[in-house]
Amino acid sequence: MAYSEKVIDHYENPRNVGKLDQDSQSVGTGMVGAPACGDVMRLQIQVNDEGVIEDARFKTYGCGSAIASSSLATEWMKGKTLDEAATIKNTDIAEELALPPVKIHCSVLAEDAIKAAIDDYRAKQKHDDAAPAA
Amino acid sequence: MKLPIYLDYSATTPVDPRVAEKMIQCLSLEGNFGNPASRSHVFGWRAEEVVEDARRQVADLIHADPREIVWTSGATESDNLAIKGVAHFYSKKGKHIITSRIEHKAVLDPCRQLEREGFEVTYLDPDSDGLITPEMVEKALRDDTILVSLMHVNNEIGVINDIEAIGDLTRSRKIVFHVDAAQSVGKIPLNMETMNIDLLSISAHKLYGPKGIGVLYVRRKPRIRLEAQMHGGGHERGMRSGTLATHQIVGMGEACRIAAAEMDSERARLAVLKERVLSQLTDLEEVHVNGSLEQRVPGILNISFAFVEGESLMMSLKDLAISSGSACTSASLEPSYVLRALGLSDELAHSSLRISLGRFTTEAEVDHAVAEIREAVAKLRELSPLWDMYKDGVDLSQVEWVAH
Repeated sequence: MAYSEKVIDHYENPRNVGKLDQDSQSVGTGMVGAPACGDVMRLQIQVNDEGVIEDARFKTYGCGSAIASSSLATEWMKGKTLDEAATIKNTDIAEELALPPVKIHCSVLAEDAIKAAIDDYRAKQKHDDAAPAA
Repeated sequence: MKLPIYLDYSATTPVDPRVAEKMIQCLSLEGNFGNPASRSHVFGWRAEEVVEDARRQVADLIHADPREIVWTSGATESDNLAIKGVAHFYSKKGKHIITSRIEHKAVLDPCRQLEREGFEVTYLDPDSDGLITPEMVEKALRDDTILVSLMHVNNEIGVINDIEAIGDLTRSRKIVFHVDAAQSVGKIPLNMETMNIDLLSISAHKLYGPKGIGVLYVRRKPRIRLEAQMHGGGHERGMRSGTLATHQIVGMGEACRIAAAEMDSERARLAVLKERVLSQLTDLEEVHVNGSLEQRVPGILNISFAFVEGESLMMSLKDLAISSGSACTSASLEPSYVLRALGLSDELAHSSLRISLGRFTTEAEVDHAVAEIREAVAKLRELSPLWDMYKDGVDLSQVEWVAH
């Protein structure tokens, strides 16, 4: 199968590979997919007090398109507010990377990972607010 | 060294230059271009002569009688002719067929077709080594079983079934035994005089001959009957009509002659190369060789690299032409049905590579390939959340995944 130049670029030079402290209050983690399906994405965001995503990191087990989708997602999320990041659509990712129809699920997975990371961060904040001051 | 390096010999082999040379002589006006079925002139007689020479060369390789060799277009046609041909001819005797889950599609699909026609097929599960044992076959035999069809060497994992023992069993029960030997003929010894095999499929392009030509060996004693699948002229004793492709046939004959002459030395050479690959890859963490390590041909290695996905691995191996056990490259997301049948987890099946070595593989090529694979595995594990979790001591089988 021929990959688009953009997929190859992200695959060969993945942006923002890494791991943030999952237990930190300012970090949101989204892990989606399953090994049995051939792809697992872990996407993490570091959010500042203004609600802006300062850093985004990923690690992905999957095909080249899955790796490229998550790499691109971290690139796009950085510097965005949570609300802005939540509007990133799988179709945007698929279009940017010129994914063929059989690889659309990779972009869907990336969107799921973005949402999961944001939800995780928000849940942490809510939990924090609700916690009684000791 | 020429790049990319071809390590997909079980998909197909290049034509040996000695074979190509013989084929070229059977094409043009100056050459031996005649129709072997033309009885009225010298062009036909000359073509017939080389076709019969080639028939003898194929027969010699498997210790058969030349009259037991039927030319086909390849192993897929041979499998179809054997399975459908026997089923249709012997359908009054019974309608039960035994095969295995890890056969080539050229066997599985004709079996599915026969099921649609009212036959019953038992698909044997291999053991975790990828082998079908005589005991498994014996247990599945019924009074109405008319055919057992099993492969000699599996194309994905390279393991060798004990077809000699299975043949003894089917012969004692007077059941026809068909063997798909596309991956074994010319690589390991086959002897139709001593083995109780009734039908044997052979492909030329797996043994350095041309594509588009194959053979079905059809035993004469005891005589095996077939219903022809191709009608029109009654060539090949009525079993397979169609003008004989002299150049293809001559190529296959020469390929078989070379294979017979060089089999022992080539086997030994490939065994050394295989060990070279294994010793340089299996010292990596979490690397699994799929299929029996003892009962296998040296040319085929199927290896799973845990926590690395096969398709992305192949993408990194730019200098190598190999196959992946992951079917992610096709429209389906299913991993290889062969690896699944061995009991491999989907995850490990997704993480596998098939490396197949052959006549033109060199030590330098193997070393280059291994170095590239090691580098790619290390890179992708750095990228893999599963590798992180494994290193953190997380039991991946206990994680609740969000399947999609």
